Amino acid sequence: MTPAEIREAILDILSDIAPDEDLSRLEPDVPFRDQLDMDSMDFLDIVMELRKRYRIQIPEEDYPALASVTSTIAYLEPRMKDVPKK
Amino acid sequence: MIAKRPEKHRIVITGVGLTAPNGNDLPALRESLLRGQSGVTRYETRYFGPTVAGVCQFDELRYQRRKEVRRGTRAGSIGIYCAREAIRDAGLDWENTDRSGVGIYVGVTEHGNVETENEIYLLKQYDYDTQYWSHHHNPRTVANNPAGEISLNLKVTGPHYTLGAACAAGNAGIIQGAQMLILGDCDIALCGGVSESIRTFGIFASFHSQGALACHEDPTKASRPFDADRNGIVVAEGGCMFVLERLADARARGARVYGEVVGYAMNSDAYDFVLPHPERQAECMELALRRAGLAAEDVDIVSTHATGTTTGDVQECLALRRVFGNSPRTLLNNTKSFIGHAMGAAGALELAGNLPAFADRTCHPTINLDRPDPECELPGLVANEPREMAKVEVILNNSFGMLGINSVVVVRKI
Repeated sequence: MTPAEIREAILDILSDIAPDEDLSRLEPDVPFRDQLDMDSMDFLDIVMELRKRYRIQIPEEDYPALASVTSTIAYLEPRMKDVPKK
Repeated sequence: MIAKRPEKHRIVITGVGLTAPNGNDLPALRESLLRGQSGVTRYETRYFGPTVAGVCQFDELRYQRRKEVRRGTRAGSIGIYCAREAIRDAGLDWENTDRSGVGIYVGVTEHGNVETENEIYLLKQYDYDTQYWSHHHNPRTVANNPAGEISLNLKVTGPHYTLGAACAAGNAGIIQGAQMLILGDCDIALCGGVSESIRTFGIFASFHSQGALACHEDPTKASRPFDADRNGIVVAEGGCMFVLERLADARARGARVYGEVVGYAMNSDAYDFVLPHPERQAECMELALRRAGLAAEDVDIVSTHATGTTTGDVQECLALRRVFGNSPRTLLNNTKSFIGHAMGAAGALELAGNLPAFADRTCHPTINLDRPDPECELPGLVANEPREMAKVEVILNNSFGMLGINSVVVVRKI
């Protein structure tokens, strides 16, 4: 998957986890926690959805990498380059 | 003759919030009951297939955001809707209410089955690999979840818990609320019961295996307590939460009072896992009346439990004839004939639907009574059409459940 496709996948997951939020104005470099109403269980939802949809395993020590759109894409790009877009 | 209860122990109902298959507030439920309007529809569930059920259609997003609905449970959503509606109905100044003085007591028959069935169904798609099991499962399935979600939504910092009391749970919730007010554990009790039971396939399958699940080509006719052609229970979801306060507090704020909880009782059959025991049921009614300082003939309306099972209805009628056999003016009705068996919510919903009788002096009927079973003969049973009464001052509400749990609540007009 390309970075653009990864971004789309993240936003798709976020729209399920945070259905009340307006994601169209999401700042890519600002941490999710600072612009969305998200707690630790929501972050686990992101990890779980990546696992379910793309079979990506993310070890607990790497969770801080999922802080923002930009950092998440940077983290996932090498790990998802061979994963087909759904 | 009313027992002399200390003033500070007098407990009243000041608010009602509910969702039933035939109405999402008390006026709507009452209108449905007086018009003979059933809420039972065709329903289909995973693995079990087509059946009938009482399904609620209330606005989940009135008091919750989408994320909260997704994070929580159906029982939680029902509880939140009913509790918020009850607070609104009670006219409480909620913004200025001390949240640490509010107690939440929610009756349930069971909790956790819906979420567990869903998780196992989803897990199968991942070959039962438990790393795909949801981290939400524990908070969704702890037994206090329905009460806890109300506490979160309302920011109530007083006590909250559920009461597991099978089909007696709705009454048990009310009784707990009244008792906690008397003990001074809270100043406002949000209490009643909820049911999300139709969202499991297991309850349908189990009743069916037991030979106790109703079926009828017309869903509105499937729930037929006391009728010779009854063939079992219609499962329903629903919820009803009351605001209970001490009478003195209700008067001080000029609250509208639906009625006073003047007596209640719970006991156990100690007899059988599923078969009821009429003597213990009768004793429970007599105990509640004694505590209320009332005689059977003081009761104007009896809201029966009867679920439409062949045996259960007969046993309850034995109990009712023993208690009310010499009370010719006492009328009896049944709400499950309209909405099915709303499990944890049943006792609370069935009481609520009768409360307007204090004002409109009408006993709503039991419907679908086309061919009364002679073994269920009850002279005062109001069949199919509502009946006007000269006065309605006392309502007695029965709820009996599996493992022989019995509950009775008596409410008097103020």
